[in-house]
Amino acid sequence: MLAAAKAVIDTGVGLDLDGVLAVLRCSDEELPEYLAIAHEVRMTWCGPEVEVEGIVSLKTGGCPEDCHFCSQSGLFTSPVRAVWLDIPSLVEAAKQTAATGATEFCIVAAVRGPDERLMSQLADGVAAIREAVDINIAASLGMLTQDQVDRLSALDIHRYNHNLETARSHFPQVVTTHTWEERWDTLRMVRDAGMEVCCGGILGLGETVEQRAEFAIQLQELDPHEVPLNFLNPRPGTPLSDQPVLDPKDALRAVAAFRLALPRTLLRYAGGREITLGDLGTRDGLLGGVNAVIVGNYLTTLGRSPDQDLALLDELRMPVKALSATL
Amino acid sequence: MNAPNGTDTTVWCDRCGEPLTGAAPSGTAPHEACAAARELEPPRFCPRCRRRMKVQVLPKGWSATCVEHGTTGPA
Ligand code: SF4
Ligand SMILES: [Zn+2]
Ligand SMILES: [Zn+2]
Repeated sequence: MLAAAKAVIDTGVGLDLDGVLAVLRCSDEELPEYLAIAHEVRMTWCGPEVEVEGIVSLKTGGCPEDCHFCSQSGLFTSPVRAVWLDIPSLVEAAKQTAATGATEFCIVAAVRGPDERLMSQLADGVAAIREAVDINIAASLGMLTQDQVDRLSALDIHRYNHNLETARSHFPQVVTTHTWEERWDTLRMVRDAGMEVCCGGILGLGETVEQRAEFAIQLQELDPHEVPLNFLNPRPGTPLSDQPVLDPKDALRAVAAFRLALPRTLLRYAGGREITLGDLGTRDGLLGGVNAVIVGNYLTTLGRSPDQDLALLDELRMPVKALSATL
Repeated sequence: MNAPNGTDTTVWCDRCGEPLTGAAPSGTAPHEACAAARELEPPRFCPRCRRRMKVQVLPKGWSATCVEHGTTGPA
């Protein structure tokens, strides 16, 4: 099976289901070799640059949906209270992000989909950020109508994030208030409107290894510009609060497997890497297929200091992707 | 406000909202796990009155506001 993985270096064509499954099931002894191959695939098809992004929550908590991992659902007894970020704070967040050298700033809202208030707050926020900071603006506002897709496109939203979260076959165990297919529909509309598609998920939601492989292949079919990989950080009050954190080796197997399934995609380390992999995990991931990071804090939890990540990139001689290179 | 809101001391765990002096929910050392988790999350409960706070997380830093006791941020 190592041969199939090595072939990806030359062909740039991602592994099939069996190939991905073999990586996810590899022994501890084989894992470093798969990570090395995944790294070579990334260097060959994406290059040494790393895309750095910051994210912020424009509207936190009180979401009507029931994603079982999410502390922002209003349906669970989570301690996270509903709150809106004001525009000056949003601009401050964009400035903090740009100061790290990041090229991408993603504005996120905990909603099923945007209402008028959110659309207008976003438009005002985007205008205010553009006056103050030079950075690509991405958004993550849940499921969209065609009209909303058109309006985001007119606002020059560079990339739209909407995660499928997990394998299609596992999704009903994780979310009951909407379907995987509804999420897929939004992604298609975003793609057709010419915005970059960002779609990933969370590993460790109780899915089987087979379902993890299924998910990688479903993402391969979608072919998004970016895939953010999150690892479950079990949140108090949510149905998954007692779910164990993913084994660090399994998390690294997944990093290698997703890179080998998606040779040319931006593969981003997102939430949960600190708690799942510790400080060393960031290095292992960046040398195992990851070529993008979220720096700084997340939406409701904190990350490690951006300086630590930037110093690591420097040490690994991986240049931070510049803004001009993304245009 | 009813007692113990009137105190000026820290009596509630700012992560789980339980009394700092009592047994922790998990039965381990009191709120040790909460303190460890707090390294990577902001507080959620006011340590003085136990109210859930309005918390905003920015890429660098956070703020947590209790309607009664005001706003705090990273130490
Ligand atoms: S739709 Fe988003 S914010 Fe709402 S519960 Fe699901 S993951 Fe959380
Ligand atoms: Zn506690
Ligand atoms: Zn208080």
